[in-house]
Amino acid sequence: MIRLDVRQVPSLRMSVLSPIIALAVTVAAGGVLFLALGKDPVRVLSMFLVEPFNGVRALTELGLKCTPLILCALGLGLCFRSNVWNIGAEGQFLMGAIAGGGLALWVTNASAALSPWVFFPLVVVAGAAGGAAWAAIVALLRDRFNANEILVSLMLVYVADLFLSWLVFGPWKDPLGFNFPQTVQFAAATEIPRFVRGMRLHWGFAFALVAAVLMWLFMFRTHRGIQLQIGGPAPAAARYAGFSSRAAIWTTLLISGALAGIAGAFEVTGPMGQLTPHVASGYGFTAIIVAFVGRLHPLGAVLGSVVLSAFVIGGQLAQSRVGLPASVSGVFQGMLLLALLGCDTLIHHRPRLARWTWRAAP
Amino acid sequence: MTRSFTRKLALGAIVLGATLAACAKKEEAPPAPAAAPVAKVEPLKAAFVYVGPVGDSGWSFSHDLGRKNALAKFGDKVTTTFVEKVPEGPDAERVIRDLVAQGNKVVFATSFGFMDAMVKVAKDHPDVYFEHATGYKTADNLRVYEARFYEGAYLAGVVAGKMTKTNTLGFVASFPIPEVLRNINAFTLGAQSVNPKVKTRVVWINSWFDPPKETEAAQSLMNQGADVLLQNTDSTAVLQAAERNGKFAFGWDSDMSAFAPKAHLGSVALNWTVYYEKSFGEILEKSWKPEVTKWGVKEGMLDFVKPAAFLPEDTKKAVETAREGLKTGTVAVFKGPVVDNTGKEVLAKDVVADDAWKGAINFYVKGVEGKVPSGK
Repeated sequence: MIRLDVRQVPSLRMSVLSPIIALAVTVAAGGVLFLALGKDPVRVLSMFLVEPFNGVRALTELGLKCTPLILCALGLGLCFRSNVWNIGAEGQFLMGAIAGGGLALWVTNASAALSPWVFFPLVVVAGAAGGAAWAAIVALLRDRFNANEILVSLMLVYVADLFLSWLVFGPWKDPLGFNFPQTVQFAAATEIPRFVRGMRLHWGFAFALVAAVLMWLFMFRTHRGIQLQIGGPAPAAARYAGFSSRAAIWTTLLISGALAGIAGAFEVTGPMGQLTPHVASGYGFTAIIVAFVGRLHPLGAVLGSVVLSAFVIGGQLAQSRVGLPASVSGVFQGMLLLALLGCDTLIHHRPRLARWTWRAAP
Repeated sequence: MTRSFTRKLALGAIVLGATLAACAKKEEAPPAPAAAPVAKVEPLKAAFVYVGPVGDSGWSFSHDLGRKNALAKFGDKVTTTFVEKVPEGPDAERVIRDLVAQGNKVVFATSFGFMDAMVKVAKDHPDVYFEHATGYKTADNLRVYEARFYEGAYLAGVVAGKMTKTNTLGFVASFPIPEVLRNINAFTLGAQSVNPKVKTRVVWINSWFDPPKETEAAQSLMNQGADVLLQNTDSTAVLQAAERNGKFAFGWDSDMSAFAPKAHLGSVALNWTVYYEKSFGEILEKSWKPEVTKWGVKEGMLDFVKPAAFLPEDTKKAVETAREGLKTGTVAVFKGPVVDNTGKEVLAKDVVADDAWKGAINFYVKGVEGKVPSGK
């Protein structure tokens, strides 16, 4: 039987190398898997590791896919570091999408003459408000009634999803849409400005990168950020030092809710251009994985988003170009996560073969 | 609707075994003909975009059968690829654009949620044909096709009306869009055509493919006394739930008789082959025109197949009569008088509903219990 002992000092070199080792393990195991399926492993692997980065259009699409993941994962990283387990970013994402989409719908219906550059900050504010308001419910229930934020935030995802359904099946339904559940297409004025005409990558991506830098500054260069992070692993110490855990709950939830909400607002006023029941595409949940893959670090959130996005896009490319079934892509993605977590565990723990001993109950 | 990534992973792991087996057999598009003897003809490259996994035994599976059949019929004149499990959000546009970039000359997108992505990509690629199932937006190079699914639901209703002992039918429904409401109503009208006492109960699951939810919904309908079930979802879960409970149900989208030998009363099976053959033929002959195709039992796009061997003679006869009637046009599913479940007449006596009427259905007919979600 194998025992895991905590290493006193995890090797710095290995910590840095860990993601690279994990990637190598995944590539090796994936290669074997693809070979067993009768596919050319090099070609399949290139679908995941090369093609998503190959060319301007591919890169812009990757950036587009990353944007909501980065924004959601940034907030979640802050929450998790502060020991606040918000797993409902998906719900906050949806409420931001509803707020941003609602604003766009209002502008569309009012046929207001508006520059997209004026609308851009407005949609950020709307999305942030929507997401933060939704997260505020979690914070309030946790703060006032000590309700478990994991359950509350998760359950609110379904509430948000049903609220969106109600809107698009009901009051916000396109009157000329043959009764199908979606809003009208938003006016051009509400579209987030794009970097290049004809490409879908929009300025929300730049916003996400700036947000990552600001989050880094907040986490590691401000008193408040440090406070929050001490409260995470050592709540007793934080209390002793006079740091309020109530404030931590509110700050982290509002920030992460706002970021997820902005992500949702970008998604509907960016690539979607309307509200449909399919706004929820799992970004809020995937962001949990991204946050951990990125070690709850803002820079890690960006890199983790790139990796996960490339794998999702690569999975689709592998389907159409080499006939790899979608479920195998899922398995491959799972292998990467397993390898990452495994490497992490082994860096912080030493595996030891221990003799199996029967121990009497004390 | 929310498909968490983690759940996908879990599903992926479960499906791995099945896929590994399936992959060995999975045929790929035949290789391009090497240097044809007379003149080298580039095969028509066609791509299919599916919302579900091809192994769902339902909607996407039926489209994939159509793809394979067309492939067999046209031999080396066409090659095909497909992408499965494409979410109906911004991802669809990227997938479709990429398929076009790979040189596909026709793209079939087989779910409603791909509509606006198809419109956008079609606009940028006038030299490529776009075919969208169940949508309503068309362009010079974009056309739509759908099956008159409600005719199949009607035929299933005829059988259900005969077979029910509790006079209570159950319907596991996906989303309250006109297509699904049409099916619920047609199922009920079919049953009432042979058994006026029939009532239908509906459970909405807000998903097209979610076996656990479908099972739960089926169970709750059976607990409420329903003894014959139909579903507008894409898995075999409802049928299997009926089998476990000794109740009856139908296959939907494709022949599902193998999944529940005792519960299976018949399957409402789609046959996209007829349409894909037409479409490929028209493209190859350069006679493709943008149009709206709505085909039913008459054109063979859908049928009631594999009626159970144990059906009583008169039941078999009743469904066969209705089927022939649909084929010859003597039976219309929505023909007045039709009354909704609040007692209001929605179709006057002897009036046969047109497509506009059917497209705007937002009510339950008399006999269906409850209220349409977010309906008036």
